[in-house]
Amino acid sequence: MSQTGPLTDSGLVQLLTPAGVRLEHPDYSPRIAHLDAEALRGMYRDMVLVRRFDNEATALQRQGELGLWAQSLGQEAAQIGSGRALAPQDYVFPSYREHGVAHTRGVDLANLLRLFRGIDHGGWNPADHNFHLYTLVIGSHTLHATGYAMGVQRDGLVGTGDPERDMAVVAYFGDGATSQGDVNEALVFSAVNNAGLVLFCQNNQWAISESTTRQSRAPLADRGPGFGVPSVRVDGNDVLACYAVTAEALERARSGGGPTLIEAFTYRMGAHTTSDDPSRYRSAAEEEYWRQRDPIDRVRALLAAEGELPAEFEAQLAADSDALGERIRAAVHAMGRPSTSSMFDHVYAGPNAIVDAERAWFQEYEASFLGGGEGAHR
Amino acid sequence: MSTTTGTQRITLAKAINLGLRRALESDPKVLLMGEDIGALGGVFRVTDGLHKDFGADRVVDTPLAESGIIGTAIGLALRGYRSVCEIQFDGFIYPAFDQITTQLSRMHYRSQGRLSLPVVIRVPYGGGIGAIEHHSESPEVLFAHTAGLRVVSPSTPADAYVMIQQAVASPDPVLFFEPKGRYWDKGDVDLDAPLVDTASGETGLDRAVVVRPGTDLTLVGYGPTVGTCLKVADAAAAEGTSIEVVDLRTLSPLDAATVAASVQRTGRCVVVHEAPVLYGAGAEVAARITEECFYHLQAPVLRVGGFHIPYPVSKLEHEYLPSLDRILDAVDRSLAY
Repeated sequence: MSQTGPLTDSGLVQLLTPAGVRLEHPDYSPRIAHLDAEALRGMYRDMVLVRRFDNEATALQRQGELGLWAQSLGQEAAQIGSGRALAPQDYVFPSYREHGVAHTRGVDLANLLRLFRGIDHGGWNPADHNFHLYTLVIGSHTLHATGYAMGVQRDGLVGTGDPERDMAVVAYFGDGATSQGDVNEALVFSAVNNAGLVLFCQNNQWAISESTTRQSRAPLADRGPGFGVPSVRVDGNDVLACYAVTAEALERARSGGGPTLIEAFTYRMGAHTTSDDPSRYRSAAEEEYWRQRDPIDRVRALLAAEGELPAEFEAQLAADSDALGERIRAAVHAMGRPSTSSMFDHVYAGPNAIVDAERAWFQEYEASFLGGGEGAHR
Repeated sequence: MSTTTGTQRITLAKAINLGLRRALESDPKVLLMGEDIGALGGVFRVTDGLHKDFGADRVVDTPLAESGIIGTAIGLALRGYRSVCEIQFDGFIYPAFDQITTQLSRMHYRSQGRLSLPVVIRVPYGGGIGAIEHHSESPEVLFAHTAGLRVVSPSTPADAYVMIQQAVASPDPVLFFEPKGRYWDKGDVDLDAPLVDTASGETGLDRAVVVRPGTDLTLVGYGPTVGTCLKVADAAAAEGTSIEVVDLRTLSPLDAATVAASVQRTGRCVVVHEAPVLYGAGAEVAARITEECFYHLQAPVLRVGGFHIPYPVSKLEHEYLPSLDRILDAVDRSLAY
């Protein structure tokens, strides 16, 4: 790896080496001290299930069941570690690759596929999970998260000291997004308003085909202090370190300490999306380097070394993964097609002369075909 | 800060100020956001005194970043707040264009109606005030072209007072275009005017209004051009021509029915706006009137507006803007058909 610029891996908080060996950190080890073997197995299980889901979705795209898929492959530690640090009342604004975080918020993973199948622009009720809809325009949602956190402030839900009550807001985005004006504006607005926001950047090294060196010449976390925002770089493939730094940032946000920028240094092991071809712009050697740093392998190694990975657990997890894959496939096949006239729904909250007239015309047009009814002419 | 009541003769700017004050008083979730809207009261003083009376948490001086203003207003709306954002000048709205068109306009749609964004964006727009570049634009059609947004523009203090409150109360995002050249025009305002018609239960925010009846030709304007259209009607009346003037008030939705009903009576139509004619609101009105009033028309629908050039230097703006004479010229051409 490069030892300068945004690709340097120096200064990363790490609590678990790629070989699965625990490291002590004076500030962050205490933040994971309460995570017992069962909690660790839980995170391991989350990561395995999310990867299975991700692979299943990739296969479904290849089979023509999805129009597109954006893989989370390789980013499971960043997403599960940060996601498991959240409290139920915290609110998340994801980008479009946060399948692992969605899982930790209790979103039915099958519903993530509605967007990619082309039957829904959303797919779930954000209020049910405190997990906003995916945002496809890079970085836009970091401002929504900032405004949401400003609302939380006004609601008096910051700094009460009640752990069941105080809430934080988290925005997930990538290395490419850090070049967007909106992300920089989110840093400005959250800083001057002292908004309880965690800006969680997954630096997965690649913005489609552009390396992080095309976005920055300094580590991304270095930008925080210029905005007056405390920042931390973390090994994004270390689920324990991701948990720890997120827990710290969430605590700062909930207690009224304002925003934090986290740079989780990870790797997009798959393609940007199923339409991408990474072999055109990155080396097999680089991919191999990161395969040796697989976020799941190191947790498995740790659990095995500590004698906390019984064969029955592994067997059950394998069975659960298979069952999940099967359920996802069945759910996608059963999704059906929205009614044609539903495209006119919810443009406005109430009646609208223009939309209503176009809907009425369209329904009449559809009904005019032999056999009548929706889609009869197709 | 006692509530003002009764009918007063006030400027359009003051009418918006009082409407905002009423909105802030009646709903604690209403916030004002924008650049210099606090202690200064905005560069046009539209928010004068509100910072002092409602505090910095409700009348918020924002960083100088329009995308940030609208983006954070969206987040606040998701948390239940109703932000009224001031874009300082029309020509500065473009940094927020992405947030307005890709996020604000379609959150209700993409969430299947689960998420509402009752955000109001106030935009002082239009020319005629001798301003430097980027301070006299009329970008309203860019937003009328985007589904999910409402686009309205008052032409009188009375309408401004009521419409700004209706915009704040609207569950949809509203682009509220304020004719800055008319900010200092005075008119009678009923400060107790109802926001909802008690009989129909409707606000009328989606309705055009016939502001002067006539029989020979329909003159359609909105915002800053309505006053000019009324003067044209006066001048034409002196020559024996009876002009009906329609104030569109809203571009999205467009109340084509009110215009069509008028044109079916008069048989002639001229549409006037400051924005460029090319692909402008007049084109939409003309197309719809042609479809709906084809056999009533005595002449093609004509348009008077800006040219296909960037807004010119202020020394030339009165030649660029639809003036009394240019509108009368179009009226004459229509009548001569």
